[in-house]
Amino acid sequence: MNSPSRVPTDWRDAARQQRLRRRYAAERRFRLLGLGAILLSAGFLAFLLVTMALKGASGFVHAEVRLDIDFARSAIFLDPAMLKGENAATAVGAADVDTPIAAAATAQLGAEGVRLLSDTAAQTVRRAILADPSILTRQASLWLPASSGLDAAAKDGDDPRMGPVYARLKQSGRVRTGFNGAFLSSADATDPASVGIWGAFKGSLLTMIVTLALAFPIGVLSAVYLEEYAPRNRWTDMIEVSINNLAAVPSIIFGLLGLAVFLNTMNLPRSAPLVGGLTLALMTMPVIVIASRNAIKSVPPSIRDAALGVGASKIQVVFHHVLPLALPGILTGTIIGMARALGETAPLLMIGMRAFIAAPPGDLAEPATVLPVQIFLWSDEVSRGFVEKTSAAILVLLAFLMAMNGIAIYLRNKFEKRW
Amino acid sequence: MADDMILSEAVRHERPDPVETERKMSAVGVSVWYGEKKAIDQVSIDVGRENVTAFIGPSGCGKSTFLRTLNRMNDTIPNARVAGRIELDGEDIYGPDMDVVQLRARVGMVFQKPNPFPKSIYENVAYGPRIHGLAAARADLDEIVERSLQRAGLWEEVRDRLQESGTALSGGQQQRLCIARAIAVDPEVILMDEPCSALDPIATAKIEELIHELRGRYAIVIVTHNMQQAARVSQRTAFFHLGELIEYGETSEIFTNPKVERTKDYITGRYG
Amino acid sequence: MSPLAIFFVIIGLGLLGWISARTRASAFAGVGEAKGRPHSLPAYHGWYVALWAALPALLFLALWAPLSSHLTMEAVVKSPPAATLPAFEMQRNAILAEARELAEGTRTASFNPQAGALAETYKAAAVRYDLMGTVASLLLAFAGGAFAFSRIGPAFRARTRVERLVMGGLLVASLIAILTTIGIVLSLLFESLRFFSMVSPFEFLFGLDWSPQTAMRADQAGSSGAFGAIPLFWGTIFIGAIIAMLVAIPLGLMSAIYLTQYAKPAVRRWMKPLLEMLAGVPTVVYGYFAALTVAPAIRDFGRMLGIAGTSSESALAAGLVMGIMIIPFVSSMADDSLNAVPQAMRDGSLAMGATSSETIRKVLIPAALPGIVGGVLLAVSRAIGETMIVVMAAGLAANLTLNPFASVTTVTTQIVQLLTGDQEFDSAKTLAAFALGLVLFIVTLLLNIVALRVVKKYREAYE
Repeated sequence: MNSPSRVPTDWRDAARQQRLRRRYAAERRFRLLGLGAILLSAGFLAFLLVTMALKGASGFVHAEVRLDIDFARSAIFLDPAMLKGENAATAVGAADVDTPIAAAATAQLGAEGVRLLSDTAAQTVRRAILADPSILTRQASLWLPASSGLDAAAKDGDDPRMGPVYARLKQSGRVRTGFNGAFLSSADATDPASVGIWGAFKGSLLTMIVTLALAFPIGVLSAVYLEEYAPRNRWTDMIEVSINNLAAVPSIIFGLLGLAVFLNTMNLPRSAPLVGGLTLALMTMPVIVIASRNAIKSVPPSIRDAALGVGASKIQVVFHHVLPLALPGILTGTIIGMARALGETAPLLMIGMRAFIAAPPGDLAEPATVLPVQIFLWSDEVSRGFVEKTSAAILVLLAFLMAMNGIAIYLRNKFEKRW
Repeated sequence: MADDMILSEAVRHERPDPVETERKMSAVGVSVWYGEKKAIDQVSIDVGRENVTAFIGPSGCGKSTFLRTLNRMNDTIPNARVAGRIELDGEDIYGPDMDVVQLRARVGMVFQKPNPFPKSIYENVAYGPRIHGLAAARADLDEIVERSLQRAGLWEEVRDRLQESGTALSGGQQQRLCIARAIAVDPEVILMDEPCSALDPIATAKIEELIHELRGRYAIVIVTHNMQQAARVSQRTAFFHLGELIEYGETSEIFTNPKVERTKDYITGRYG
Repeated sequence: MSPLAIFFVIIGLGLLGWISARTRASAFAGVGEAKGRPHSLPAYHGWYVALWAALPALLFLALWAPLSSHLTMEAVVKSPPAATLPAFEMQRNAILAEARELAEGTRTASFNPQAGALAETYKAAAVRYDLMGTVASLLLAFAGGAFAFSRIGPAFRARTRVERLVMGGLLVASLIAILTTIGIVLSLLFESLRFFSMVSPFEFLFGLDWSPQTAMRADQAGSSGAFGAIPLFWGTIFIGAIIAMLVAIPLGLMSAIYLTQYAKPAVRRWMKPLLEMLAGVPTVVYGYFAALTVAPAIRDFGRMLGIAGTSSESALAAGLVMGIMIIPFVSSMADDSLNAVPQAMRDGSLAMGATSSETIRKVLIPAALPGIVGGVLLAVSRAIGETMIVVMAAGLAANLTLNPFASVTTVTTQIVQLLTGDQEFDSAKTLAAFALGLVLFIVTLLLNIVALRVVKKYREAYE
């Protein structure tokens, strides 16, 4: 049916062209807005990382002062020959190294010389003696850790108090700055120059072990049950809903649970890695369940059918065929869950990990702290030395988390099978 | 035997009008690549101004791909590349002067699976005129919506429920809604990519009737894998195979007296 | 014997049972009706015996530990030296606790002389009950193992039984999730109810004055405390639902739009993980960053603008940093929702000559809206439950203000604040923390349920 010819739209019309131009301009603006949003978000991340890196870089460096100690003429009455075996440490520990240090300091650094050394200087001397007992028979030149004041002056060019002192010492070659290995190997202290993260790190390690030991089996087995065996009824629906909700509960609530149940009702030791691990396990378990369920769901039914066809029992199908194939996905989810647990602070504050722990925990039941809590505690300190140490600790924590997430991503990319 | 059947089908509908050979769109030497794979090879074809042109061929032979070059929908596919020249009223549609947004208003498209927006029926049809600024006032918009729905043969069925969701209609109604939507921006050409393949026979018949009515007003290109449908609705037919244009001519000629052996084999059902 | 030692002994007995049963079972291969093809491999017989030996004993041990400590305490209380204990409960409990610690060795010197004497009684009773427990569990292990061993034979369907047990174990594992939820709800409820017996719920939920003090002694001055939590609720909403969302929603949504509609696949592949890294940074790092860098900058900015009440711990600082942290939550949900809109819809719009931005604004976002809204709700739920950022960068002062430069406190900050230091666990102050926890739990739970329901309904529409 042919209709009467219509008037076609005049697309060349000026008004029309104008409108078109406006529409394209709006398009460009919108697209730029999107790009800007992403760049801004990435920018924030970069800003945060760079700030931490800048502030924390100096935390890995510390100043050391050189002292020449004449051990032979000092008052340390120790026979180098006796310093073997287990008694060596106790013997050296009991020896009075402070006097020769003080004497050498006053002689070589000036009247206030002792103040220029850190409290841990004595420890360094003791370690040197244990390492090489023969130095007791002669003079030795040792590099001892500097006090926080001097340390600060070494890093900040214009420190009013210690600046001139530092300059003087630098000129006479008595001070140097080097890598602060002690940061990684010592525990918390009151003096910012001598704090280390080892105590917190060990606490984190023990707590993570407990968390993993509890959350992983329970999580994976729950996932297996829910995916393979659970009948579709009200009870299993409730379990599913519970797990999904638990995954979204704020972490501090788990802390309250830990406080009420583990500490108060069950009387477990306060601030111990055991309790911390239990609390974090409850928090991490839903994450592992959800990740494992997805991994198990993605194994195609044809594999199950094949195994059943050969006469395997249901349990054998699950443990011999399904789980191994789902393992990469499960591991990825577990690593991500553990990374999240490693960075958690609030629940552990609730179970008491906010005390000052000067020595790393010996076992699961001793009071401990974890790295994020240590960062939190140090952040409250006002002295300047702590800012760099806190930032340095943050860098260590971030490095670990990045490593863990990197492994998870690598696993996921390498083993993800597309069925 | 098969030839007779097809011819009688074509005769059952009214004999097509003498075709106008005035060209609305023309393609010369068009090739399309998806990444390394060549999907269309050197196709040259004209689309008549007041014709229905059908593209037929076995599945996967490139009919839809070629159709999509006519309104530059292949631009939305990341690794697609088009070579050759395609003109609309003498203008190169891939040229720098041709604006793709305008092009798509002039060359509308109806898809295989009905895809109404999850909005009301009114809003579905009004969307195009709104963004192109075709209606100055609400009254104009109402008029455009009513006219488009009438031309698509849907008005009587939905006039009382324009505010209901477009996705609540039946399959056939949804496809007519999509046709109304395409009509609403006042196109010059309508491309239809297997518009009836997702519909039942009654809805299909309705759509074919609609194509008949729309013929004078718009140049229509329809891709179909149903030869009988091509014979029913089109005046000119092009046969595609493996990315090449094998034969193009008057529909009655193609179906009764194809010149190329391959066309004949396809028509008689030897393959495809 | 220490619990650990007993544990290992039981495990050892289990291992013994396993080996002996397995050895016995491998002889079944050629016997009787099981000739050539026994029902269960020898290993399953081994497991059967091992599990029967170890599990009942371990279960008993787990139950005995708290039971025995309770019984020991009972014995001490009933013993003659305890007759001289003071009647005042708090003192009495303190002395008993000291006695226990002395006996266990976690404390070397006591404040109270009576504790020393009681410690001896405690030690004696503890030894007695420990012995009882050890003997009983070992007996159980032997009995179980012997019983199981007697049952194995060529026709015995060991594998079925072991598998049934494994399935039971799986069920128990899944129940732990429900147990945890119940545990959370019960413990929060229990303590909150105790709190509400001291402070009326009406005052708590609707009071405007928050200054939690409780008397340590009945006659202490300044003993009246106000527990009106509205300033806390307001602080939480102000920082988490308003300021943080003002940052996270635009940035998250536009990032998702750019990534799904405009970015090339290669760019998207590394940009998306980059955004998700924002979610991987621990909140304590964000908090430190907020306190160290952002808060002073905001304070200076506020002073420059001459705004009164500018503090170095401000809602704006905490809210900004929290918003940044939440961006990946919003963008990830929005990304998924936008991707779930069928491509046909996008094609339909583009084929009509709409530009990309028009398609996104008028077709895709309305279509993806339920998913986006769900994502926002989940993000809000995350934000209001966040603790470290607000503890370190917002303040402790309960302040009902609209000024973003001022310091406000939130529910989570106060929970931390109320539970630090040595409190008597029963005081209204500590219990208030549980009441706050209960409110937080309920609100986040509701938000999550609504969000997931919205997303689920939306996803069904497209499948």
